[in-house]
Amino acid sequence: MTGLARAAVGTLVILVLASVIVPLVSQSDPLGISDVVAARLLPPLAMDAAGRFHLLGTDAFGRDLFARMMLAGRLSLTIGAIAALLSVIAGTAVGALAAWRGGIVDRIAMAFTDALLAIPRLVLLLLCAVLWRPGGAMVIIVLVATGWMGVARLTRGEVLGIRGRQFVEAADALGARSERVLWRHVMPNAIGPSIVAMTLGVGNAILLESGLSFLGLGVQPPEPSWGNMIAGGREVIVVAPWVALAPGLALVVTVVACTLLGDALRDRLAGDELLAGQTLAERG
Amino acid sequence: MRNLVTRLASALILLGLVVSLTFVLVHAAPGDPVELLAGPAATATDIAQARRELGLDDPLPLQYARWIGGIVSGDLGESIAFRRPVVRVLGDALPLSIALGALSIALTFAIGILVGAIQAARRGRASDTALTIITTSVYAAPSFWLALSLVAVFTYGASRLGFPQALRLPAFGLRDPAGQHDGFAAIIDVARHLVLPVTVLTAIGAAGIARYARSAIADVLQSDHVRTARAKGAGTWRVHAHHVLSNALPPLVVLLALSVPGVIAGSVFVESVFALPGMGRAMLGAIAARDYPVILGATILYAALVIGANLAADLVMPKLDPRRRST
Repeated sequence: MTGLARAAVGTLVILVLASVIVPLVSQSDPLGISDVVAARLLPPLAMDAAGRFHLLGTDAFGRDLFARMMLAGRLSLTIGAIAALLSVIAGTAVGALAAWRGGIVDRIAMAFTDALLAIPRLVLLLLCAVLWRPGGAMVIIVLVATGWMGVARLTRGEVLGIRGRQFVEAADALGARSERVLWRHVMPNAIGPSIVAMTLGVGNAILLESGLSFLGLGVQPPEPSWGNMIAGGREVIVVAPWVALAPGLALVVTVVACTLLGDALRDRLAGDELLAGQTLAERG
Repeated sequence: MRNLVTRLASALILLGLVVSLTFVLVHAAPGDPVELLAGPAATATDIAQARRELGLDDPLPLQYARWIGGIVSGDLGESIAFRRPVVRVLGDALPLSIALGALSIALTFAIGILVGAIQAARRGRASDTALTIITTSVYAAPSFWLALSLVAVFTYGASRLGFPQALRLPAFGLRDPAGQHDGFAAIIDVARHLVLPVTVLTAIGAAGIARYARSAIADVLQSDHVRTARAKGAGTWRVHAHHVLSNALPPLVVLLALSVPGVIAGSVFVESVFALPGMGRAMLGAIAARDYPVILGATILYAALVIGANLAADLVMPKLDPRRRST
């Protein structure tokens, strides 16, 4: 593992731990609003009237930004991880099935995949978000519904490539059932790109969730997510820029860590241009 | 020629699939658009009448045929919020978004390849790692957050930080509402309003391209024919310009096409933050107003842009690839 990848894993572990622990031990309630006038929009490293220290200052309602940011991290990280995991599972299943069955199943599955891929993911997300009402769970469903196609294409390509290899022929010739060959011999060799796509997908899902929440179509306040915290900070950007900037920094650090980890895994497991382009396209 | 026809046909089929898919999505969604359309004061008879007038009582295949027929003849329906044809609403917004997108894509490509080339030439050194961290970070930044950060520095922080007048940049709209400029001053005014939006889109795009340009160029640098060219005494500049770039270009053109959705997504946020009257803002406005015809029209238009970009890359790439060049 390279130094960068090691640093990425360390960062992610710290972020997860901090998002679990900080809201629990924080002096100030990240959701409760107490004395707004005395505590609102304190700059970073300030002490409020009650003697509580605010590492990153406070927002427009006098809530501690650091505690809120870490509480938001719980939601953003969870949504990102679950959405990425489910979309990779769905995409791998569709791609493997399409390649293995071939014929009409393959044709239909890939036509559907290509049609969905032709719509920029953000636009598809906006379309789904407006058709179904927003909220935490809905964001995950929408992210999965718009995130499986890239992996499906990748997995299909991998399975098609492996299907022609000799060890698959050998398993076939020995009389193994078709499902067993797919499950035991093909999939373990075809799973590499999916693992890479998932790592990179966590970062992407977090970015998209923040975008939806920023636009008011994702996680709804008062429940904090990084996206809706940035949206909240937008109104006070003139007097208190840190309110919008701080959650964005947490987001950038998280996505960078996921990307560097994904890059390292790609060098180990896949290393092809196809995947590179795929992740670039998925950003939209 | 035959290649062109098949590719064009498959692009059209794909667009047809997208159109059908949006139809299915809207009709599979829960909730009645007519109830939202008619408002809370509407009675059951009002709603029934509106349904009849909009043709929503007809069987689905008939509605589908009408929807497809309309699109083929260039009719995307009428905007509920503006009471104008959707084509006109989007047509008004499209030029700005195209200009914004084209400008930032051109800059993205130039800057991204330059940064990637520098990294590839210095692979493994400290400057390469530093640039990797920078490009990865910029690429990880949400466009709306980057936009707000730049606004905080160059619009609101500029006087506090003592920036010269040229670096105090406006953050909203396309024109200065107070000053009446004409001629050259008006162009400067619009250009100043576009600096921050274009910077956001270009920075994120170029960071993405650089990440892949680095490995694409590094692969070519290590290839046999480049080593041969070097051994035969070709100068560094000639090796880079002629042998390396011409071989690294085809995959980068594909990446350029693949980055179009990202630019579209970025422009939605950038237009929202900077209050620019483009496609993205039109779509967000339509979402807030639940203006379904405009939302669907924008979706189809965006998909057409993506499909068009991929088609163009497919057609251009064989011409750029030195291995497939016939002469």
